[in-house]
Amino acid sequence: MSSASISAMEETSVNNAIPQSRPYEYALEVVDVRKEFPGVVALDNVQLKIRPGTVHALMGENGAGKSTLMKVIAGIYHPDRGEVRLRGEPVTLATPLAAQEAGIAMIHQELLLMDYMTVAENIWIRREPKNAFGLVDHAEMRRMTVELFDRLNINLDPDVEISELSVANRQMVEIAKAVSFNSDVLIMDEPTSAITETEVAHLFEIIRDLRLQGIGIVYITHKMNELFEIADEFSVFRDGQYIGTHLSSEVNRDDIIRMMVGRDISQMFPKEEVEIGDVVLSVKNLTREGVFRDVSFDVRAGEILGLAGLVGSGRSDVAEAVFGVKTADSGTIEINGERVDIREPHDAIAHGMAFLTEDRKETGCFLPLDIQENVQSAVIHDAFVKNGFVQEQALVEQSVDICNKLRVKTPDMHECIENLSGGNQQKVLIGRWLLTNPKILILDEPTRGIDVGAKAEIHGLITQLAHDGVAVIMISSELPEVLGMSDRVLVMHEGHVTGILDRDEADQVKIMDLAAQ
Amino acid sequence: MDAKTPLSAATKKRLPPEFSILLVLVGIACLFEVLGWFLVGQSFLANMSRLQIIILQVSVIGIIAVGVTQVIITGGIDLSSGSVVAMSGMIAATFAQDANWPKIIHPSLVDLPFIVPLFVGLAVGAAAGFVNGWLITKTKIPPFIATLGMMVSARGIARWYTDGSPVSGFTESFAMIGNGMGRWMPVVVFLIVALVFHIVMRYTRFGKFTYAIGANPQAARVSGINIDAHLIKVYMIAGLLAGLAAMVAIARIKTAQAGMGMMYELDAIAAAVIGGVSLSGGRGRITGTVIGALILGVMLSGFTFLRVDAYYQDIIKGAIIVAAVVVDMHRQNKRKKAS
Repeated sequence: MSSASISAMEETSVNNAIPQSRPYEYALEVVDVRKEFPGVVALDNVQLKIRPGTVHALMGENGAGKSTLMKVIAGIYHPDRGEVRLRGEPVTLATPLAAQEAGIAMIHQELLLMDYMTVAENIWIRREPKNAFGLVDHAEMRRMTVELFDRLNINLDPDVEISELSVANRQMVEIAKAVSFNSDVLIMDEPTSAITETEVAHLFEIIRDLRLQGIGIVYITHKMNELFEIADEFSVFRDGQYIGTHLSSEVNRDDIIRMMVGRDISQMFPKEEVEIGDVVLSVKNLTREGVFRDVSFDVRAGEILGLAGLVGSGRSDVAEAVFGVKTADSGTIEINGERVDIREPHDAIAHGMAFLTEDRKETGCFLPLDIQENVQSAVIHDAFVKNGFVQEQALVEQSVDICNKLRVKTPDMHECIENLSGGNQQKVLIGRWLLTNPKILILDEPTRGIDVGAKAEIHGLITQLAHDGVAVIMISSELPEVLGMSDRVLVMHEGHVTGILDRDEADQVKIMDLAAQ
Repeated sequence: MDAKTPLSAATKKRLPPEFSILLVLVGIACLFEVLGWFLVGQSFLANMSRLQIIILQVSVIGIIAVGVTQVIITGGIDLSSGSVVAMSGMIAATFAQDANWPKIIHPSLVDLPFIVPLFVGLAVGAAAGFVNGWLITKTKIPPFIATLGMMVSARGIARWYTDGSPVSGFTESFAMIGNGMGRWMPVVVFLIVALVFHIVMRYTRFGKFTYAIGANPQAARVSGINIDAHLIKVYMIAGLLAGLAAMVAIARIKTAQAGMGMMYELDAIAAAVIGGVSLSGGRGRITGTVIGALILGVMLSGFTFLRVDAYYQDIIKGAIIVAAVVVDMHRQNKRKKAS
């Protein structure tokens, strides 16, 4: 923004960012911050100290207070007590804009870009360079963008519309925009939740680069391996309280989990050996032009078939085709040996299938509706309906049973689902499908963006369902999850099945090999 | 986290969201009462014929609004209701004429039982709704555009059908649809329609599908709901109710003309919106719409009673519609933040 701060930044990158050479030890300090909402203490005297030139991971279950804390730092919420210090000086961040101008940039989990504007316009909005007539100088804006991208090793056309970019590329734009403010503190909220492995590698390169430039990076994640790969330090929060800060080189996975949940999680992947039954679902030569080709596989009762592959390899598309969301052009689907014609999701449901979709917000939740209405939506076709009237009493009783079994955290069934944490929303959506008593359950990223505790619960539940004889197809981008849960792993690459591995022969290297070819 | 008390099927009694709108209605009525004593020197409420006029005026809009409410809950909009009233009114009227009337449109079709024109009116309305729904689901054009097209075309058909001349001279039995039960018939029809669809929306699969589609069409589809078929039904109901409103209206005033029902669609949408139906879909109740329609009626009558100029009436009405949405948005935001 100002040329002074740009030159200051160049200086630090030359100095290679030695934190001790600054007049302050921490780029950002949160001191004894307390934030209450009606009925809840969201943050109870928490602290957080971010050193310049470090990546500081923020760990905690959903509802631990991470998001609230980030919103305080980003000027969205105002603390009831305590203070935020920037470069050693106490600051009052009245609005998100004030925070941005003070040097705090936040990259939200749901990217906040304007779809039908170009990359350059998105980055420089409100700060557009003007020409002699006071109109926007597009050439200059383009030049500034190219310069910024060069610095960050981002290879994108500044003139392309955001709507044409992949999620990963949109994220790059968000990062570039944040960097363009010459921020001292950059907050990233689960930046890898929707991007592929190669894109993650690129993102990490950029993060390391920013670290060298002296920026303090707050990195919120649920993924353990990322913590060890990228973070220098981490802080753990639980139930609105600050638990502690450690160097990531000092601890192991189990230590962190213990800090996060306050108890031991005996097993991350409670895989059980169950008796595998007959083939329930058999897919043969399923093809959708330009998306996937000749996909064939079987799933047996009690079996968990993992679907691995990079994002864009066609995993989710195959699942959508099997469930009738987007039908295939050719190929057959057999259930219990009989060929079935599935054109719409209700055909699939009628054949005992259930499909937990990848995107909770887009295709899962009815956000304006309450938990009861969300959990019942797949069973009010025939079951629980008499002469068109919904049998409320029986339906509510069973819904409550399911929600209790899944340990959905909510005051009552009339709570709007929008007010639940991601993990609890996911439990409600799983409950929706359990009510249908499925024989075939397709799970697309069942634990994305969910905290460790809820994750373990969902894994336990999947195991239990397999135990009860349900044929499970589980798509996941997290290899440990695929390896930990699956009996067999089907790997896809660019729309083709590149291999089906048995549990004992599958490992991380083999899968990545097949997935990346 | 484990120490939570389990959920139970027993529901906590919550104040229905319509309660605040009801308070607004009572408040407005009281305001007119007080102003009435001060400015006009008489009571606003203690006047049976005024109350009857209010509720009779509200009934026709109210019947339409019940259908429009459902369309809005699916996340759509219906701009065609007013024109559909005119179209089905005109067409049905030509089947309702008495043989002794001097200007007969279909000389061979006179003195028919009232059920014939009634059926024709409802069928024309439902057909218009079907076209709306079909266009929206099959061509994927926005509901705003599809029903805007119908709004213009249906008005055109209403004019073309009799070359613009009004149709009168209904049989006694047909006129009863608007004047029966001691002239309370429109109110009775309105209340029955509201009650039926209140039950449909709250207790039947059909109603729950409507809410689900409005809340998230993609999630509704994955849940196995046939969205296209359902939307067509909802638009047909809206058209059918516009047709029914037309029958009540022409039977009451014993004449049909191509210019009737002008702006009814906007009054119906206004009633729904004032009643708390969310234009973004998925939220709202029939009871709210009924109260919303009553608020419109009370205001109209109150302003006339206070001899407020018609121009001011429209200005104030517009402001109140906007205010209703502002209040609703504010309430939704507050609810979200409370989490």
